[in-house]
Amino acid sequence: MALKTKKPIRQKQEKSAHPMQTLGSKKKRQVVLLVATRKGAWLLQGDTARKTWRIDGPHFLGHIINHLVLDPRDGRTLLAAASTGHLGPTIFRSTNLGKTWKEAAHPPAFAKASEGEQGRAVDHTFWLTPCHGNQPNAWYAGTSPQGIFRSEDGGDTWKPFSYINDDPQYRNWMGTVQDGTPDGPKLHSILVDPRDPKHLYFAMSGGGVHESIDGGKTFHTLVKGMDVVADFDPANIDFHDPHCIRMCPSNPDRLYQQNHCGIYRIDRPSDTWLRIGKKMPKRVGDIGFPIVVHPRDADTAWVFPMDGTMVWPRTSPGGKPAVYVTHNGGGRWERLDAGLPESQAWWTVKRQAMCADTQKTVGLYFGTTSGELWMSRNEGARWTCIAKHLPEIYAIEAAELK
Amino acid sequence: MKVSIPSPLHDYTEVQEVDAEGTTLAELLAHLDRQFPGLRFRIVDEQDRMRPHMRFFVNGEQVFEINHRLCSSDTIQIIQALSGG
Repeated sequence: MALKTKKPIRQKQEKSAHPMQTLGSKKKRQVVLLVATRKGAWLLQGDTARKTWRIDGPHFLGHIINHLVLDPRDGRTLLAAASTGHLGPTIFRSTNLGKTWKEAAHPPAFAKASEGEQGRAVDHTFWLTPCHGNQPNAWYAGTSPQGIFRSEDGGDTWKPFSYINDDPQYRNWMGTVQDGTPDGPKLHSILVDPRDPKHLYFAMSGGGVHESIDGGKTFHTLVKGMDVVADFDPANIDFHDPHCIRMCPSNPDRLYQQNHCGIYRIDRPSDTWLRIGKKMPKRVGDIGFPIVVHPRDADTAWVFPMDGTMVWPRTSPGGKPAVYVTHNGGGRWERLDAGLPESQAWWTVKRQAMCADTQKTVGLYFGTTSGELWMSRNEGARWTCIAKHLPEIYAIEAAELK
Repeated sequence: MKVSIPSPLHDYTEVQEVDAEGTTLAELLAHLDRQFPGLRFRIVDEQDRMRPHMRFFVNGEQVFEINHRLCSSDTIQIIQALSGG
């Protein structure tokens, strides 16, 4: 693949609806929601009170955008993971907050297989994580089928990271498309310890949770305490299906996990996950996709349960959507549904489609499979729909501009 | 030779028909990628396999091998077999 810089991809923009050119001049931090959907990306700029939102988009109309992430280290570089229907996957980059986009010169791609071997091809990049704060311009990407890649140049060129993409043991744990999620098995939740760039975690759905303390030279599994379905053997890493893992910014030794089989917490250096979802109401259960942690309080986390009974409808339980919060590390859960539909709402929230900002009173945001965007200005006490009729929402990130 | 480009790739070529050279389909795709960087990876994967739903026709006949031989008088069509919602 050619490595020279490409011309900008043409994207039609309406200047009047595009506030990004002046965002950097605002003194008070403003929240910009980066919304990735099945049919494109949107940016929603909030006022300083987060009461009104100006929508900017669509960017990449018709393209599948799996994740849209702003680099917190420079505050201006956006990466968009696109898979675009029948076209091969790629990464789009913007260094002016979405005013113009350029395609990556070398998107994530597996190594070419040896003669006679069946090589893998990246179907889509699913997850983007900026590397450590001391590694400017470096990014990690998780793909479907499962692979991990790294860029050193702000997302322009990507190379396979670590040994796991082609390791026989890891390939076994990754399973096949037959036992992955319906739109492909995924490597996700790439977490970087803010105290040590060599301390990494990632998860595979399916394929368990993994940790490295040497910058990816080696990884070991971290699944003790996690349940698997039915009577299968939890010692088989392939059976583990973590849906989303978050590291607490205020205590990087604490991780929360929403799994196919429950909600968990781990406090390192312990190597055992605790199923804190057992404290959820029985009628709701502890199945879901996203989990969100408080930016300053490691005892507080939010989940969005879904119906995981019988045939797994994967809707809000009973058609009554609700967020649940714990303020004591999972010892007790409280239902937060004020403002949400009281009945006949059969949508749910995907694993990347729920997030928090870092404002004094934390704002929470989630996007639904039905294309609605909901937010709470008061940590979940009351919810407001701020956008509707969007395509199915795959991911939301709350970026804050200084 | 003349190569017909499907609309999802017009962001790269800006036109529906372009010129490219090569004695095989693989060489032709490499020449296209030199002219329009990134185009090849959208239609051929890292294992040199034609991506699903991307179809290649030479003189109206569908070909399935990336090493299919070409001559200068051939006309090439790249088609996206659109499906799904």
